[in-house]
Amino acid sequence: MDTLDIARWQFGITTVYHFIFVPITIGMSALVAGLQTAWVRTGKEHYLRATKFWGKLFLINFAIGVVTGLVQEFQFGMNWSDYSRFVGDVFGAPLAIEGLLAFFLESTFLGLWIFGWDRLPKRLHLMTMWLVAIGTLLSAYFILAANSWMQHPVGYQLNPETGRAELTSISALLTNSTTLVAFPHTISAAYMTAGAVMLAVSAWHLSRRNQVEVFRPGLKLGAWVVLIAGLGTLISGDQQARVMTEQQPMKMAAAEALYRTSAPASFSVFTVGSLDGDEELYSLRIPNLLSVLGTGTLDGRVEGIDDLQAEYEQRYGPGDYSPNIPVTYWAFRLMIGTGGLAILVALVALAAVRQGRHPAGRTGRWLWIAAISAVAMPLLANSFGWIFTEMGRQPWTVFGVLQTADSVSPSVTPGEAATSLITLTVLYGVLAVIEIGLFLKYAKAGAPQQQPPGTDDEEADRPIAFAY
Amino acid sequence: MELSTVWFILIAVLWAGYFLLEGFDFGVGILVPVLGRDDRERRLMINTIGPVWDGNEVWLVVVGGATFAAFPEWYATLFSGFYLPLLIILLALIVRGVCFEYRGKRPGARWKRGWDAAIFVGSLLPALLWGVAFGNIVRGVRLDARHEYVGGLTELLNPYALLGGLTTLTLFTLHGAVFLALKTDGDIRHRAGRFAGRLAWPTVAVGGGFLLWTVLANPDPAGAALAVVASLALAGAALFTRARREGWAFLATAATIVLAVFALFTILFPNVMPSTVAEANSLTTTNAASSPYTLTVMTWVAAFCTPLVLIYQGWTYWVFRKRLTLDRIPT
Ligand code: HDD
Ligand code: HEM
Ligand code: HEM
Repeated sequence: MDTLDIARWQFGITTVYHFIFVPITIGMSALVAGLQTAWVRTGKEHYLRATKFWGKLFLINFAIGVVTGLVQEFQFGMNWSDYSRFVGDVFGAPLAIEGLLAFFLESTFLGLWIFGWDRLPKRLHLMTMWLVAIGTLLSAYFILAANSWMQHPVGYQLNPETGRAELTSISALLTNSTTLVAFPHTISAAYMTAGAVMLAVSAWHLSRRNQVEVFRPGLKLGAWVVLIAGLGTLISGDQQARVMTEQQPMKMAAAEALYRTSAPASFSVFTVGSLDGDEELYSLRIPNLLSVLGTGTLDGRVEGIDDLQAEYEQRYGPGDYSPNIPVTYWAFRLMIGTGGLAILVALVALAAVRQGRHPAGRTGRWLWIAAISAVAMPLLANSFGWIFTEMGRQPWTVFGVLQTADSVSPSVTPGEAATSLITLTVLYGVLAVIEIGLFLKYAKAGAPQQQPPGTDDEEADRPIAFAY
Repeated sequence: MELSTVWFILIAVLWAGYFLLEGFDFGVGILVPVLGRDDRERRLMINTIGPVWDGNEVWLVVVGGATFAAFPEWYATLFSGFYLPLLIILLALIVRGVCFEYRGKRPGARWKRGWDAAIFVGSLLPALLWGVAFGNIVRGVRLDARHEYVGGLTELLNPYALLGGLTTLTLFTLHGAVFLALKTDGDIRHRAGRFAGRLAWPTVAVGGGFLLWTVLANPDPAGAALAVVASLALAGAALFTRARREGWAFLATAATIVLAVFALFTILFPNVMPSTVAEANSLTTTNAASSPYTLTVMTWVAAFCTPLVLIYQGWTYWVFRKRLTLDRIPT
C-alpha cells in the first residue's frame, strides 16, 4: 500500500469512528437540556433523575467524540498536505470559525454544567446545557459547510499564479445549496440516533419492570424523537438526492449502478449478480422511483455511468471518473434500509406500550429485543450515509477541481502513515471496548435515587467532586 | 499593518493562550501520581482542572483551524513535516482526555492506578514535545523548494530543540505546581508549594539557558528584550514560590510563558518556518498566507468571537475560584 491508500483508510476510519459519537452528542445534548427544562419548570423529581441518568451517558459518549475530533483537525495537515495547500484559503475558514464559535462554547459550558450543579442558580445552570446543544448545532453547520464545498465548490476562484483555490465569497460558501440540504439531513439523523439510544436503554429497563416511572416516559420520548426526526431525515434526504443528481450526477448513477441513461429510471431494492451492468441474476425493482428521487418527476432523466464517463473524459482528460460501484450501491440502500427499520421499530414500540400496556410473553420478548437493538440502526445508517457521500465523490476530493491522488502529503512515507493508521486504530479499538463497558455499566445501573440539590449558601459548599 | 502580520500576531497570541492555559493542566496531570498520596488526593488534584481542561484544549483546536485558514502552507508543512512527534502528541491527548472523564467511573484501585499512569504520560509527552517542535521551528528545518520538510525524524531531535522540550516540560510542571498550591488548601497545598520551590531554580536554569541560546543564535533586539523580560519573570516566579506567595507566583509563571512565546515569535518574524536549505525556501508570513479576502473575513470573525470567548472562559474561572479541600471529596 502506498501513502495514498493508507491515508484514505485512516481518514475513513477516523471519521466514521468520530461520527459514531457525534450524532449522539448532537441529539443527546438537546434531549438532556429538554429534560432538565422539564424539571426546572415542574419540579418533578423523576425529571431530575432522568436528566442525571441521560446526562451521565451523554458525558461518557462526549469524551470520545472530543478526542477523536482532535485527530480530525490535524489530519488534513498530516496526511493531506497538498490538499491543505490547495484549498486552505477556502476550506480553513469554516474550520476555524467552527473552533472559535462552536467548540469553545461546547467545551466551556459543558465544564460549567458538569461542575456547576451546586454552584450556579438553577436557571443559569440549565442555560449552560442549552448552550452546549446550540454549540453542537453550530459545529455541525460549519463542518458541513466545509464538507459541502468539497461536494459542490462555490464562492471561489483558481489563482493561476499560486495554483491555489481562493475564497471570493464567504456568504456563497455558507449558503451553498449543498450545505442547506446536508444540514437538515445530518441533524435529523443525529436526533434519530439519540432518540434510538433513549428508546433502547429504556426498553432494556422496562422489559425488567425497572424504574418504570423514569423509563416509561423515556421510551416514549425516545420513540417519538425517532419518529419525528426520522420523518425529517426522509424528507431532507429526498431533497438532498435531487440536489446531488444535479451537482454530482455520477454519484446518483453509482448509487443505482445505472450504466445507461434512462428516462424513466427504476430503483432496485436489491440485486443479485454483478453490479457492472453485465449480468443481473435477480433484481427487485420499483419502477420510476429513481426518477422521483433524482428529479422529482415520474419520468425524469437520470444519467448513466457510461455517458457521464465519456462526458468527463472530454472535460477533464483521460481517467476513470466513476467511484467504487458496489460500495456506493450498497451503502445507499443500507443507509435507507437501516434508518427505515429504526422508524418501524419506533412505531411498533409506541403501539405496544400505548395506554399503559406492557408487552409480555413470547411476542413481548421479541418486541423488547427489537426495541433494544434499535440503538444500532441509525448508527449504521449514519456510517453508510457518510461512506456513500464520500466514496461516491471519488476520484475527487474537491469535485471537478482536485483529485484524491493529488491531495496526499508528498513528504509522508508509507511507514509513517502506517504507524499512524495502526496506532490510532488500535487505540480506537481499546477506547471502544472501555467506552462500551462503561456505557453499559451506567445504562444498567439505572437512574439515581436522589433529592434535588439545594441552592442555598450552605449547600453551595457541598462536594463538587461527584463529577470526576 | 498588513493583515498577514495581524494574523501572525494572532497565531502567536493563540499559542501563548494555549500554553498558558493547558500548561498548568499538563503540569497538574504530571503531578497527579507524583504528589497525590492516595486516591482522594489525586481526585482533588484532578478536580482543580476538571471544569476547565477541555476549554483549554480547544485553544489548540483553534490554533490548528486558524493556521489552516490564515497560513495554509504553514499548516500543511508543519503538520506533515513534524509527523511522528505530532502523532505522539495526538495519541497522548486522546488518552489524557478520556482519562479525566473515565477515571472515576468505576471503583477499584487497579482501574484508577492505570488511569493515573495514563494521565501522567499523556500530560508529560505533549509538555515535552511542544517545546521540541517550537525549538525546531525557530531553529529552522530543511525545507525543499516546494516547502516540504525533507529532514526526517532524527533531525528534529537536535540538542537545541531538546533543550526547548526540557524548558516547556519543567516550566509547565512548575506552572502546574503553583496552580495546585493556589487552588487547594491543607496538606496538598503545602506539598505543591514545596515541590514548586524545589523545581523553581532548575527551571530558571533550563529556561534561561534555552532563551540565552535562542538570543545568541538569532540576533534580534526586540526578541532579545522579550527574552530578558521572560527570564526575569521566571526568576520572579522562583522568588515568589520560595516565599509562598502563590498568587504572585502564578502570575509570574503565566507571564513567563506568554513572554517566552512572544519572544520566539518575534525572532521568527517575518518567517513562519525558516528553511536551512536556502533562504528562498523559507515559509514567510507573505508566501504562506491566504488571500487578502480570506484574511479580512477571518479578522471580522476573530474580532467578534474572541472577546466573547474570553468573557465566558474568564467567567468559568470566576465561578470555580474557591480553593478545594480534601474534606469535600467523598471517600
Ligand atoms: C471537511 C471535510 C470532510 C468532512 C466533514 C468529512 N469528510 Fe470524508 N473525506 C474527506 C473530507 C471530509 C476527504 C479529505 O476529502 C477524503 C479523504 C480522502 C478522500 O478521498 O476524501 C474523505 C474520505 C472519506 C472516506 C474514505 C473514502 C475513500 O477512501 O474513498 C470516508 C469513509 C469518509 N470520508 C467518511 C466521512 C464521514 C463519516 C464524515 C463525517 C463525519 C466525513 N467523511 C466528513
Ligand atoms: C472531517 C471533518 C471534521 C473535523 C476536522 C472535526 C473536528 C472536530 C474536533 C477538533 C472536535 C473536538 C472539539 C473539542 O475538543 O471539544 C470535534 C468534535 C465534534 N464534532 Fe467533529 N469534526 C469533523 C466532522 C464532523 C461532522 C461532519 C460533524 C457533524 C455533522 C461534527 C460534529 C462534531 C461535534 C458535535 C463535536 C462535539 C464533540 C462530540 O462529538 O462528542 N464533526 N470535531
Ligand atoms: C429515504 C431515505 C433517505 C434518503 C433518500 C437519503 C438520501 C441521502 C443522500 C442523497 C445522501 C448523500 C448526499 C450527498 O452526497 O450529496 C445522504 C447522506 C447521508 N445520509 Fe441519508 N438518506 C435517507 C435516509 C437516511 C437515514 C435514515 C439516515 C440516518 C439515520 C441517513 C444519514 C445520512 C448521513 C449521515 C449522510 C451523510 C451526510 C450528508 O451528506 O448529509 N440518511 N442521504
